[in-house]
Amino acid sequence: MDTESTYSGYSHYSGRSRGSHRHGERSRDRHKSRSKDSRSEKSVTINTLPAEPLLGDSSLRGEKVQDDNWGETTTAITGTSEHSLSQEDIVRITKDLEDSVGLDCRHYVTRSIAVILGLLVFFTPLAFLVLPHILWPEKLQSCGTACEGLFISVAFKLLILLLAVWALFFRPARAGLPRAFVFRILLAVLVLLFVISYWLFYSVRILDSQDENYQGIVQYAVSLVDALLFIHYLAVVLLELRQLQPCYSVCVTRATDGETRHYNLGQLSIQRAALAVIEHYYCDFPIHNPALLSASKSRAAKHLAGLKVYNVDGPGNNASAGIAQSQSRAMIAAAARRRDTSHNELYYEEAEHERRVRKRRARLVVAVEEAFTHIKRMQEEEPKKAPGDVMDPREAAQAIFPSMARALQKYLRTTKQQHCHSMESIQQHLAFCITNNLTPKAFLESYLTPGPTLQYGKDHWLGRRWTLISEASVTSGLKDGSIFLLKCVDFSLVVTTRKIPYVQMSEEYIDPKSHKFVLRLQSETSV
Amino acid sequence: MSFVPGQPVTAVVQRIEIQKLCQGENLILGFSIGGGIDQDPGQNPFSEDKSDKGIYVTRITPGGPAEVAGLRIGDKIMQVNGWDMTMVTHDQARKKLTKKREDVVRLLITRKSLEEAVKHSKGSHPRQ
Repeated sequence: MDTESTYSGYSHYSGRSRGSHRHGERSRDRHKSRSKDSRSEKSVTINTLPAEPLLGDSSLRGEKVQDDNWGETTTAITGTSEHSLSQEDIVRITKDLEDSVGLDCRHYVTRSIAVILGLLVFFTPLAFLVLPHILWPEKLQSCGTACEGLFISVAFKLLILLLAVWALFFRPARAGLPRAFVFRILLAVLVLLFVISYWLFYSVRILDSQDENYQGIVQYAVSLVDALLFIHYLAVVLLELRQLQPCYSVCVTRATDGETRHYNLGQLSIQRAALAVIEHYYCDFPIHNPALLSASKSRAAKHLAGLKVYNVDGPGNNASAGIAQSQSRAMIAAAARRRDTSHNELYYEEAEHERRVRKRRARLVVAVEEAFTHIKRMQEEEPKKAPGDVMDPREAAQAIFPSMARALQKYLRTTKQQHCHSMESIQQHLAFCITNNLTPKAFLESYLTPGPTLQYGKDHWLGRRWTLISEASVTSGLKDGSIFLLKCVDFSLVVTTRKIPYVQMSEEYIDPKSHKFVLRLQSETSV
Repeated sequence: MSFVPGQPVTAVVQRIEIQKLCQGENLILGFSIGGGIDQDPGQNPFSEDKSDKGIYVTRITPGGPAEVAGLRIGDKIMQVNGWDMTMVTHDQARKKLTKKREDVVRLLITRKSLEEAVKHSKGSHPRQ
């Protein structure tokens, strides 16, 4: 139970406006700064009124004392302010400071290159149209009707191009990936080459020779804008459409407890596939609960605890490697031969635990149902009650919470989920259920089964840092049999890829009139 | 040859004894049967009453043991070696006829012409 003491003060920040930097395109550093904030929230816990921590004052000193009080004395308010830092958090803060500088620099560079390229592309056709008027206005032929019609077409195509580029490229970045997108770089290079070649042609053939045919120049500008729209179409196909068709089936396994899911992905690079897997992880996998893993670790320790290896031949033996190997082999053999009753213990322990969980769950369900019967929605046509009787959802939740708090707390303790839910979050959820007319069963659903990570408070998943470990280059595409790891601080996800097989389908036509039947009777047997 | 439910079945029967012929490793009798309580009686060409679900002889191998013994096509088999054949499934009838341990089958069969013959003999020879 030591781990709970360091994770105190979850979700107790009120009034911190997270949406304050939502404008602009600085999405990546917004994400970074948000992660830094949350990291510091996790490490420095300040409890202020009226938030009540799940484990009260005992968390500071890291003692094993469980605070049993919140179930019974829910009206007590602790108004202390505490600071607690653990070793893990210090390491994390220093790592954050080191890395954030480098990544921000890269992000700025990428953004500025994109903006410069965009401006270049946007103003080139306009420059093509305007420069003849500035440089040789007297030689220029006047613009006829067809030419002016082309002006309108240039204007609208540029507008469409602007909107399309904004829609495709200027979206807030979902994540920070280790390497750059290969396709984006290719497209940028293509656009640059294209625009440069148009400028070359323009400067050599039109500017130098001072061509008078203005309509030709306008048509040249229109062809440039058309070609840019086609390049944008190419960008849509390469960046968005190509990976929609599922091609590979990936199997994602969590290393700590073996939870496995399968997803279908298209043709993606390894880093983008990793990003897709992480996004699915947050929605599908039940939350990682370290408290459930302690039992198997203690069993593992017990397996080897009973054996000790003595070296009878004395020190100074040369074949040390051979000895180590033979020692471990001897241990394995001895462990196999030893009559081990730990399976028995496991069986009875699990049966007992199951029974206990079911009993607590029954008590909880009854308590919650009873609590929900105490309040009802006030109808409009009822005679107005005194203002003291009428409550808003939050007050109603606070009124009925004490009757179910003890049963809920006991249940969460038995299923080792108590660090996932703070009292504040439980009351908020209760108020939400009351407002939306949810039944007691619906209220309990989020406590009876561990839900996906996103369901819990923000500090469980905000600002998580993932490391992609892969033998192949992360910008190379997914292949059949490629394996990579996604490491987080607490656990890692192992991802293996399999190609979806090629399906050869043939057709068979059945005429509906061919369905005819006879009685299979009057069989004749020869004897 | 039809039966009234609840009343005993009465028929004029002829005893026929067929020796099974050994052909390879099979013992054959040389005829084919049709009918049975699991079959459709309406398709039986030999029965007088189309609701009769008894076992009938549908084919006789020419020169086979059945023909030699006097079995004729259209005969209804009433008993095989003492086993009743009027209320059996097709497969049960086949099994009773093809027991490997027996090399002779004694059948009780009935046919229309037997009835006629008895009636004629009764008529021409009144009881004395």
